[in-house]
Amino acid sequence: MSVHVRIPTILRTYTGGASEVTADGATLSAVLDDLEANHTGIRARVLDDGGELRRFVNVYVGNDDVRFLEGLASPTPDGTKISIIPAVAGG
Amino acid sequence: MSIATDTSPATGTTGSALRDRAFGNATGLACRECGHEIELGPHYACPECFGPLEVAYDFPEVTREQIEAGPRNIWRYKALLPVPDDIEQSPNMEPGYTRLLRADNLARELGLEKLWVKDDSTNPTNSFKDRVVACALSAATEFHSKVFACPSTGNLANAVAAAGARAGIKTVVFIPANLEKPKQVNSAVYTENLVAVNGNYDDVNRLASEIAGEEEGWAFVNVNVRPYYAEGSKTLGYEIAEQLGWRLPDQIVIPVASGSQLTKVHKAFQELIKLGLVEDKPYKVYGAQATGCSPVSVAYKAGIDAIRPVKPDTIAKSLAIGNPADGIYVLDICRETGGAVEDITDDQVREAIVLLARTEGIFTETAGGTTVGVLKKLVETGQLDTSLETVVINTGHGLKTLDAVSDLVGAAATIEPSYAAFTASGII
Repeated sequence: MSVHVRIPTILRTYTGGASEVTADGATLSAVLDDLEANHTGIRARVLDDGGELRRFVNVYVGNDDVRFLEGLASPTPDGTKISIIPAVAGG
Repeated sequence: MSIATDTSPATGTTGSALRDRAFGNATGLACRECGHEIELGPHYACPECFGPLEVAYDFPEVTREQIEAGPRNIWRYKALLPVPDDIEQSPNMEPGYTRLLRADNLARELGLEKLWVKDDSTNPTNSFKDRVVACALSAATEFHSKVFACPSTGNLANAVAAAGARAGIKTVVFIPANLEKPKQVNSAVYTENLVAVNGNYDDVNRLASEIAGEEEGWAFVNVNVRPYYAEGSKTLGYEIAEQLGWRLPDQIVIPVASGSQLTKVHKAFQELIKLGLVEDKPYKVYGAQATGCSPVSVAYKAGIDAIRPVKPDTIAKSLAIGNPADGIYVLDICRETGGAVEDITDDQVREAIVLLARTEGIFTETAGGTTVGVLKKLVETGQLDTSLETVVINTGHGLKTLDAVSDLVGAAATIEPSYAAFTASGII
């Protein structure tokens, strides 16, 4: 299944400057594996040493924060847009 | 300190070089998580681990006398902020140095011996946000930014729109579409570019983060210039210490939205100790949330150090951040200092707004109601020592959230215009 992944500025060194790339995978975890295969090093920026999402990374499948879905097991249907965004705050 | 150069060089949002001492005594940006350091620039996330970047400094000797000789606004602390030496010369809102009121009536009501209210509702746009925005505006100016922007729960939008107008920079402010009407008007009056987004604050925040990553020349105060912006909250801590006679309170109660303000007040106290401006002594930090958006309080009570994001559902919209980026640091600070994080219901928020108004003549918005209400709960549950000096922060003015208490207060009687009718009303 092919999905579109929005890449934040600080990760574009891994995608040759591209702000959006395509990847394959039925779950977020599989998508990250595919991203790693094509853009070596990117997965370690998104996941910590224990293989979990880093605390300050927010990943959205469509409009939903995956922390409200099934985390790395969240389904990623064909054509889904995935966004990787650094966590920020404000008020 | 060594500065890595694997990100952008020291340039602004438009790629222009920075002037000398554009950020005063600031020396770089350091990741709060992994310690990775980069040069000063419009960056907010660590390129190594996505952790939040904080301003690092090399402070010179700073004396009480130097500070006391400064202007009666936050720039009296400019040596401790990421701003240029000539910051007073640039048009800004000159916020800060708000009153620290001894609150004996409220103290008596709650059973406290010594209580002060730091009343930040008297800032130029009636909330503490003028402090952080002043620092963000300085950063935007030094970065040669063309647009001054923010996602906001309301108070920040007010402050950004006003400060941008005074500085003559284009502003664009993004708010949740369901925000209280007064907060919308309070922003729209200063800017043509108020954007209402169909979603909650976290949705608006996400949109802003995406725009910040795509658009050149934009300074989103709480996104890509957030390290500089957040430092403005330190001035609350500096002022409290100075106004207490250059000493720290024993206990302080602070509202928690993103958690940034609480962490920065603590940082300010620590800096004052390190600089020898106050005596080193223990103090307890307490965080206040509304139950309808209390991810930090929930984690505190559960004894865990991870924040589980929530979908906010509370009248305290200025605290309604369901995924608070600094929440874990709030937990660390409240636990390390022996404080706590507590939450109260919306009804308790409303009651606390009226309580503060009727005991001290201070009309606070829902965030201040949350903080005062949590103070009350901390006393009632024995989590706070009633014999110690306590400070509670009021972050915004009640005129911004009139709806919160409009059903609670009103005319005690409606009478005919005669003395007889008045005496019959039971008012006296």
